[in-house]
Amino acid sequence: MNDSQGILWEVFIQSKPGQPHKHAGSVHAHDNEMALQNARDLYCRRSEGTNLWVVPASAIVASSPEDIGPFFETSNDKVYRHPTFYSVPEGITHM
Amino acid sequence: MNSLKLDENQLIENFEAKLAKNEMIEPKDWMPDQYRKHLIRQISQHAHSEIIGMQPEGNWITRAPSMRRKMVLLAKVQDEAGHGLYLYSAAESMGISREEMLDQLHTGAAKYSSIFNYPTLTWADMGAIGWLVDGAAIMNQVMLQRTSYGPYARAMVRICKEESFHQRQGYEIMNVLASGSAEQKEMAQDALNRWWWPSLMMFGPRDEESPNSAQAIKWKIKRETNDQLRQRFVNQTVSQVEKIGLVVPDKAIKWNEAKNGYDFGEINWDEFWTVVKGNGPCNKARIAAKIKSHEEGAWVREAANAHAEKNNKTKAA
Repeated sequence: MNDSQGILWEVFIQSKPGQPHKHAGSVHAHDNEMALQNARDLYCRRSEGTNLWVVPASAIVASSPEDIGPFFETSNDKVYRHPTFYSVPEGITHM
Repeated sequence: MNSLKLDENQLIENFEAKLAKNEMIEPKDWMPDQYRKHLIRQISQHAHSEIIGMQPEGNWITRAPSMRRKMVLLAKVQDEAGHGLYLYSAAESMGISREEMLDQLHTGAAKYSSIFNYPTLTWADMGAIGWLVDGAAIMNQVMLQRTSYGPYARAMVRICKEESFHQRQGYEIMNVLASGSAEQKEMAQDALNRWWWPSLMMFGPRDEESPNSAQAIKWKIKRETNDQLRQRFVNQTVSQVEKIGLVVPDKAIKWNEAKNGYDFGEINWDEFWTVVKGNGPCNKARIAAKIKSHEEGAWVREAANAHAEKNNKTKAA
């Protein structure tokens, strides 16, 4: 087990200040500090980012693909959450 | 959550329907065992190729003819390491561990691209590799940006973006040599002579000799066949050769108006299979060097492990 390659981390990059972090890929590392450095070396060789998040892959909780229907369908029948559901008199702007 | 228990036939039907709509398959999606096996093999061997591919070029870093060339070559070799790591991660998402893949490489159970079993004899080889070997790889990788497995496709998008300088810097080296002294031009031509055919071999066996191809196309892992990609590579490379005053080392090269492409000579398939089977000029040296660096790095991994464990304990206390 001494020959371990470290654990798997997921890497999220913010490409510009003000932008959300976006998943870039994964990296192996043994601890937090090394994970950040490895992620920088691997995913930011061409000034791709202004900020990095690394998260142990095992800490991510994900919905499963089979849930695509039931898990998300509660929002499908609420069309009144969209602005196009409402009618306004002709000529009204800025709304 | 797994309330819908589908039977195997239905799962296959869903999987194929997804492919038909050009939707990507993601790590947690159901997929046929053979699809998973095929991709684990392909992606891990692709990763191994990037890693072993660092050796022939690494051979010239200390002897690069100028500081500019040295910086460029270092950056390129570093990119290859990065590409290997993207690909290992993509393969891991299918359920194989990094340790397992490295083990397969070291024991010879997994292959890597045969092109890296040829030696790099002169500086001009750095030009020929960037131009032809990376050029052939790009041809394949551009296609793989649309492969059906999401993590593989995304790794390819990143890799293709980074590869674009690799080919140009190689062609630049060749162009500078080809327009230099008679001796330099001869060195460039010699490198082209040695790398031309192995580069054509990179696309793999002819379609009728490539049993996995049909299935790979059906599953949209590959979008084009070996011969189609090889033909396109020849079509676009011949004019690049001529432009810098070199000669394609193939007497059969001839423009064919009817097929809107070049006819070219027969690849030496005996040589191809000899190298694939492990008896090329550098097969043994490449694996020996890889195992040596892995073993010499063991203490670093042990120390990193010990350090992480110590920190975890301190935190827990």
